[in-house]
Amino acid sequence: MTDASVRAAEIARTSYGRLLALLAARTRDIAGAEDALAEAFASALVTWPERGVPDAPEAWLLTTARNKLTDHMRRAARMDVTDTPPEKATEMYSDPASEFPDERLRLMLVCAHPAIDPSLHAPLMMQTVLGVEAADIARVFSVSPGALAQRLVRAKRKIKDAGIPFMLPDAGVLPKRLTPVLGAIYAAYTVDWMDGPAGDEALREEALYLADLLARLAPQSAEALGLAALLTYSLAREPARIVDGAFVALPDQDVRLWDDALRERAEVLLNRASGLQQIGRFQIEAAIQAVHMARGATGDTDWRAIRQLLTGLMRIAPSLGAAVALAGAALEDVGPEVALRQLDQIGIQAEQFQPYWATRAACLHRLGRIDDALAANAMAIRLSNAVMLKAWLEARAENWRCV
Amino acid sequence: MRYTFLLYSNPADIADMTPEMWVEMKAVYGQYIGALQEAGVFVDTDWLHPVDTATTLSLKGGTEVVQDGPFAETVETLGGYFVIDVPDLDAAMDWARKCPAAHGGKVEIRASAMDSV
Repeated sequence: MTDASVRAAEIARTSYGRLLALLAARTRDIAGAEDALAEAFASALVTWPERGVPDAPEAWLLTTARNKLTDHMRRAARMDVTDTPPEKATEMYSDPASEFPDERLRLMLVCAHPAIDPSLHAPLMMQTVLGVEAADIARVFSVSPGALAQRLVRAKRKIKDAGIPFMLPDAGVLPKRLTPVLGAIYAAYTVDWMDGPAGDEALREEALYLADLLARLAPQSAEALGLAALLTYSLAREPARIVDGAFVALPDQDVRLWDDALRERAEVLLNRASGLQQIGRFQIEAAIQAVHMARGATGDTDWRAIRQLLTGLMRIAPSLGAAVALAGAALEDVGPEVALRQLDQIGIQAEQFQPYWATRAACLHRLGRIDDALAANAMAIRLSNAVMLKAWLEARAENWRCV
Repeated sequence: MRYTFLLYSNPADIADMTPEMWVEMKAVYGQYIGALQEAGVFVDTDWLHPVDTATTLSLKGGTEVVQDGPFAETVETLGGYFVIDVPDLDAAMDWARKCPAAHGGKVEIRASAMDSV
């Protein structure tokens, strides 16, 4: 590759979302902006090697893409298409890219608009803000590439035709509108990570990038900071999570494998979030991670603190996952009797929920009811889709049988 | 008396139309609108973006439910309509929330396609 094409590839990686957001904000036409931007990158690959990389390459790409958009509109209106760049082009070339307004938050809000099917929020954001190919998105969400591509096309058409605005809502409404954006980023992060091939690490990093970006673009939102903290903590434990191809449960992870720099970054984010005094589910989940990671320094896990945090989480954002996690923390804090009683209270709604059976099995095992524990563990294995988790549960059963 | 015509068509037929067919269709509708105006019976008309760009909003039971897509056929049937002119979908959704019909049933929001051809 020539220097010029290396530079173009670099800009595609770092500035794609910013350029697309700027182009689409004006017309609301994401698909049109994508086409124009793709054409601008194609011209860069022809022009730059000949004439050199411009001083402000992003500005060059933006101007070229805007010209293409104008051409498309003229063509659609059956007007003459001129190849001359708009008059402002020279002025634009001298603009340093850093002075462009960052419209990515608007683009994210559009992608996670309530009028767009929630299952498309994360895929749309990944495609538009990060420039991830539809086929790659389909793979990580385990859906058919053709069907997803079609749904993304429809969603973009809806954004344009139904008039979804590229607007920053008032400060009063923003937190509510950010909720689905945060949810989509979280969803992108948590996609079946245990089953995914190595490439999914890239997806997690991209989700973290989006969370970081959102925390910077909406620094007044405690939950945006909380999500960035949560994902950063989680990424910090990544090297200890899978060792020699096998899943390692959190309490058994080797703390020396945890990434200290990432943990410290997460701590800073979480402290900033707490400073804003707006409690939320992602902050609590991040705080739980912080308690787990404190084991790196103290050698101990404060299960009492984790129980308290989970109790708080159940109050503001009750979920089956949190209820089961609370029982799991109770098992470590006060023992299997209380934990089992809590699981019994969850009842029938958890019958198809793998963590419920895995936690139940651990409680029964602690009580010495080995046969019951193995039966519950078998249920967990049956309900688990992740190969590595299945293997971990099977290894545990093997151990219980031997002792 | 005022009457409302609800126009139904197969979106697939429209999707397959060539630019020439569009021109012809616009002329045909133009003539029809002209005839209505001449007779002094014309009130208003609109042409809507396809049904898959619809947003359906309901506050029945007190909780807001927003659905990406058209009104799904249930016990409710079409009982009336409002046409409003606002800058974007957010503004339209705000007015839909205030619409009494949203509190007892559903409101399907469709943008006018009048300006897009």
